[in-house]
Formats: sequence, structure tokens, C-alpha cells
Amino acid sequence: MNIRLTINGEKRELAVEPYRSLLDTLRNEAGLTGTKKGCDVGDCGACTVLVDGKPVNSCLMLGVEADGADVLTIEGLQPSPDRLHPLQEAFIRHGGAQCGFCTPGIIMMAAALLAENPSPTEEEIRFGIAGNICRCTGYTKIVEAIQAAAKELA
Amino acid sequence: MRRFAYHEPATLDEAVALAAAPNAQILAGGTDLLVELKEQLRRADCVVNIKKVAGLGGLRYDAGGLHIGALATAREVEISPIVLDKYRSLMQSVRELGSIQVRHRATIVGNICRASPSADTIPPLIADGATIRIRGAAGERGVPLEDFFLGPGKTILAPGEVVIEILAPSPLPDTRKIYIKHGRRKAMELATVGVAVTHVPGGETRIVLGAVAPTPIRARRAEELLRANRLTDELIAKAAQAAVAESRPISNVRASAEYRREMVGVLTRRALEQVR
Repeated sequence: MNIRLTINGEKRELAVEPYRSLLDTLRNEAGLTGTKKGCDVGDCGACTVLVDGKPVNSCLMLGVEADGADVLTIEGLQPSPDRLHPLQEAFIRHGGAQCGFCTPGIIMMAAALLAENPSPTEEEIRFGIAGNICRCTGYTKIVEAIQAAAKELA
Repeated sequence: MRRFAYHEPATLDEAVALAAAPNAQILAGGTDLLVELKEQLRRADCVVNIKKVAGLGGLRYDAGGLHIGALATAREVEISPIVLDKYRSLMQSVRELGSIQVRHRATIVGNICRASPSADTIPPLIADGATIRIRGAAGERGVPLEDFFLGPGKTILAPGEVVIEILAPSPLPDTRKIYIKHGRRKAMELATVGVAVTHVPGGETRIVLGAVAPTPIRARRAEELLRANRLTDELIAKAAQAAVAESRPISNVRASAEYRREMVGVLTRRALEQVR
């Protein structure tokens, strides 16, 4: 099947088999490997992208279901190729990324959270990223990074 | 995932016809279906995506109550002011379902049709006296939600039947509701035990237990003890013990049967104390 969608502001037409996830479609057909495949069954959140502004696990959605949708991945979050998004800056500055595998998913979830709630409490941040598993950091520095980015964006 | 044929029917009649085929699977949210297809726990020769079916809707509230359409996502329910105001136990259960990412895709009707004994959204809806509307080739039928489940993963749905909506009636004035989920961690967890209570002071109290029987069950003897009575400490203790006796838990990876029975008592008591 052919689908037409917008990825990171760019209109794309992709040929996808109906039994491929949006995650595989993004990584293999669209060539955007910033979105990571962790568990592939919706437990880890590494594949989080925004579909029509809403954070979803791209592994739990078929590529064909994205027909007509507006998809934002970590590659599209940067305002320009030479500038990082404040969330990306904050994750670097606060040590929010160690191995980095969960980071794109967490940053996309955090972007969705801040769009809805520009100054979340620590509890609201932890509730918001409950579906993003990080093996390295123990989350404290991730929460600090999101709080710092929230201040930056406010 | 293994190869499957894929359909996006535009009408309910088409959806019903497609869903009647052998090994046809209905796709709404997909958060359970895709996992089960990937892990080969379920087979799909054809997947019927019902998101474009005219007449299948989301969340709506009117004089009849809360209509949770086949396409209403868990997240829609979670952020609905009317649910917060009138269906508090449902709100509490939805906040405990998966993650925000999952809740943006998962539908309430899907959570119900999956018929997991531990599904969080089922006990509050049974406690609220919800009914389920089903459409098949022969027409439409409505069934009390508590009669919908036959066992783990099994419901009364025949091949080709599609759930249109769940209807939860408007609560009587002063109705108090609560859902308590007991798990091993705060998030991304399946219930070890879940207890929902809908209490009308001076009237009926419904107690529904999750994850302690092959289906969610009502603790009818406990309910009977409380009918039209004031919830005194003594009566609550008796009802909690009755609920323990009515539960039929198994031991599995999350807890032993003995522990679950103990927790039915604790959580039923706690829930009743909080609604009185």
C-alpha cells in the first residue's frame, strides 16, 4: 500500500506492507533511525514519536495507520540542523543521557508533556515519562533535565 | 509480524462481514493486538481496522449516561472533565492503564474485549452498571457488562460481532466511587488485585473484584450485607471477609492465591472506608 504523510514537516509518499509497524516504516522506509527499537511491544517507550501532536509508541501502530498523519520524530525536533532543541541541550547539560538509547523516546515524550503542561511538577514529570524505561540514569537527571528545559521554554 | 490482509471498512455492515472471516482480527487501538501478533499468541489472516467505520465514535455524554464508543481512547477518558466529575473510579483505573503513549492509542472497548481478568477498566464499569452494545449480522443486542465475560480472553462475542459502545448510566446524586489497584510498582503494571466500589448512601453498594477469578466478579454476598445500611466499621469488616470468601484467585508470577485473598480483604475494607 502507498501512504502519504508528513514527517518532520516534509510531505512523503511511502510504499508499506500492512503488517509493518510505523516504527519499522520510519527506520527502514523513511531512513530515520533516530527513533529506537527497544522492546518492540510497547513496554519501553524508546520508539515514542508524536502523531498529530500525540505521543505514541510507534511499534504499536501500523505504518498504514499513519496515512494522512503528521509525524514528528527526534530528527524533526531541532529548530535547524546547527541548533539543538532546549530539551536536547538540557539532557546534555544535566547528564540526562548515558548510553542514549532511551533518550530520543524520552525527549519526544517530554516535548509532548511540556506542550500540554509548560511547568510540570516533579511528580507530573515522573507520571508523564512512566512509559519510558531507562536502564542507566535512575531517572533523577532526566527529571532535572526536563525541569531545566521547561524553565528555558517558559 | 506475519503477513496479513488488511481492510479499512467504511460501514458497520462491511466491518461485520469482514470480521466474520476465519482468523479475522479487529483493530481499534492495536496496543494488545499488535503485541499478540508479534509474539504469535494470536493469528491474523486478515486485520479489520474499524477506525474509518461511519457511526463508530469516541466519548459522548448525554441524558442516558456516558457513551464510550468503540473508538474512544483511554487518554480521552483520562482527560475528560465529565469522567472526572461523574465516573471517578473509571478515571482512576484509566490512569493506571499502561503509559500515556499506550493510552493515546488503546481503546476502552478494546481493553474490555481483551477480557483479561486483571483489566483495570472493567471493575469500575461493572460497578457502575454499564451495558455493552454489540452489532452482528443478525442485528444489534445489548448485554449487561458483567455478563459479557466467559473466562480469561473469552467473551460472549460471536465471530463477526463488533462492539459499538459501552454505556455507563448517569450516577444517582451523592454516589461515591473508587477503584484501588494493587500492584508491585506504580506504573506500567498489571493489577495483582483490583477493587471497584460504587456506593449510593442509603441504597445499593456494588463491589467488583479484578484479577482474583477467571473474569472480574461482583462480590454479591458482601454487597447484600451492605444494602441500604450505614457503612459502620463492623459492617465493613464483615463485607471485606465476605468478599475474600467470594474470590477465587490463582497463583501466578505476580502473586500467590493466598496473598491475593488477603489483599481482597484489605482493599475492600479500604475502598469501603473511603466511600462512606
